[in-house]
Amino acid sequence: MIHQYKLNGYNIVLDPASGSVHSVDDLAYNIIEMFPSHNREEIVASMLEKYGSDSSITEQEINDCIDDVDELKAQGKLFSEDKYENLAFDFKNRNTVVKALCLHIAHTCNLNCEYCFASQGKYNGERALMSFEVGKRAIDFLIENSGSRVNLEVDFFGGEPLMNFDVVKQIVAYARSIEKQHNKNFRFTLTTNGMLVDDEVIEFANKECHNVVLSLDGRKEVHDRLRKTINGKGSYDIIVPKFQDFVKKRGNRGYYVRGTFTHNNTDFTNDIFHMADLGFTELSMEPVVCAPNDPYALTYEDLPVLFEQYEILAKDMLRREKEGKPITFYHYMIDLTAGPCIYKRVSGCGSGTEYMAVTPWGELFPCHQFVGDPKYSLGNIFDGVTNHEVQNEFKLCNAYARPDCRDCWAKLYCSGGCAANSYHATGSVTGVYKYGCELFKKRIECAIMMKVAQSEEQ
Amino acid sequence: MKRIKTIETRDLKKTVKTGGCGECQTSCQSACKTSCGVANQQCEKCSEK
Repeated sequence: MIHQYKLNGYNIVLDPASGSVHSVDDLAYNIIEMFPSHNREEIVASMLEKYGSDSSITEQEINDCIDDVDELKAQGKLFSEDKYENLAFDFKNRNTVVKALCLHIAHTCNLNCEYCFASQGKYNGERALMSFEVGKRAIDFLIENSGSRVNLEVDFFGGEPLMNFDVVKQIVAYARSIEKQHNKNFRFTLTTNGMLVDDEVIEFANKECHNVVLSLDGRKEVHDRLRKTINGKGSYDIIVPKFQDFVKKRGNRGYYVRGTFTHNNTDFTNDIFHMADLGFTELSMEPVVCAPNDPYALTYEDLPVLFEQYEILAKDMLRREKEGKPITFYHYMIDLTAGPCIYKRVSGCGSGTEYMAVTPWGELFPCHQFVGDPKYSLGNIFDGVTNHEVQNEFKLCNAYARPDCRDCWAKLYCSGGCAANSYHATGSVTGVYKYGCELFKKRIECAIMMKVAQSEEQ
Repeated sequence: MKRIKTIETRDLKKTVKTGGCGECQTSCQSACKTSCGVANQQCEKCSEK
């Protein structure tokens, strides 16, 4: 299977099974299109007819190009066969280790964002703060279940984790005190709405956190429309100066300014550009996850607009790069030479197996988006995973688990997509959230186009 | 090749033998939290080189 598309003046051909990417001219593009179902004579005749008015395209030229396609096929770089499904089968019996925990430090929030999938931090339950005892046990649980893996990731998530900052600091101090003796390296991430960011938080995060995720939706009117304080006022003016100070002092440490776009701002690139105007360069902007009848839910009518927006963003990022003022967009980060191996591409995000969320009282869920759904409770950090039936469901959740993905060129880029999105859209973690697929495929096409453009520049 | 330029990529087929160390991040870990894929993940082994 191959995938070919035209974008920003480039003709791009992907060979997903090998990971190969080709940039081709119009003749090669047309030849590759015909190649799987036509013989050489048919292709030559068709191309001579199509390019009859172009004297530079002779029969010899067409035959040479077909020879090149043949050669790439022989090298396993074009029309290569997908033989990875058996790997997926083995995943059923694999031993997984826990690599990462999302610690729900605070099931409460000091903002009242309308679209919050966590129901204003409460995850449809009671307001709660994680105690140090639970956090400490979570760190021990992670070490005990991480096998020989060295790098362990811990997210401080909520709700708003800074509403329980003292416990965050205690957990980090505890983890640091024991990591060396266990041959581990903790990487902490703090996700915050910014309301409680101050000098102490900045200093702490810059010392201890591998990454910080700062929630900002973009333009003031967009941000303030849904991200409101408890008193119903917009939060933009409070948080933006804090985030600017935070990022300035962060130096070259990792951060993302992360927004959510909805039906209200389908022109979301303007929000990304606004973030860039504020001085932020590491950016992420996610489509809202909500019920289809929510007033801000994205619609199928929005799709062509969103596709265009992703193209505008990719082209503008190339322009900024040329001008020496690059920005990073999370979904356009793609490393073609040092990206994930086939095992990672097949096995997916790791939710429920390598990655779990921990509630303030120590209950385990497959990821932060399943928290609060009793069907998906996996167990707890004291007794470990006890709901093996659900865990096995996630173990098998991979690029080959969904019949709908069988013929999709993008499955080794998305590995079947987000289980939570699938569940919320279809009622099954192995369902397909088609809307998300459309956006994902567009983003990958744009990301690869940028790589092609950059290679043409060199 | 005159009409086809192949961009340098990691050969996935070769990684059947060389991959699978498991040191990479879980995908939803950093900035997305709602719509992850694996394509933008980094191979921990490759980045060490």
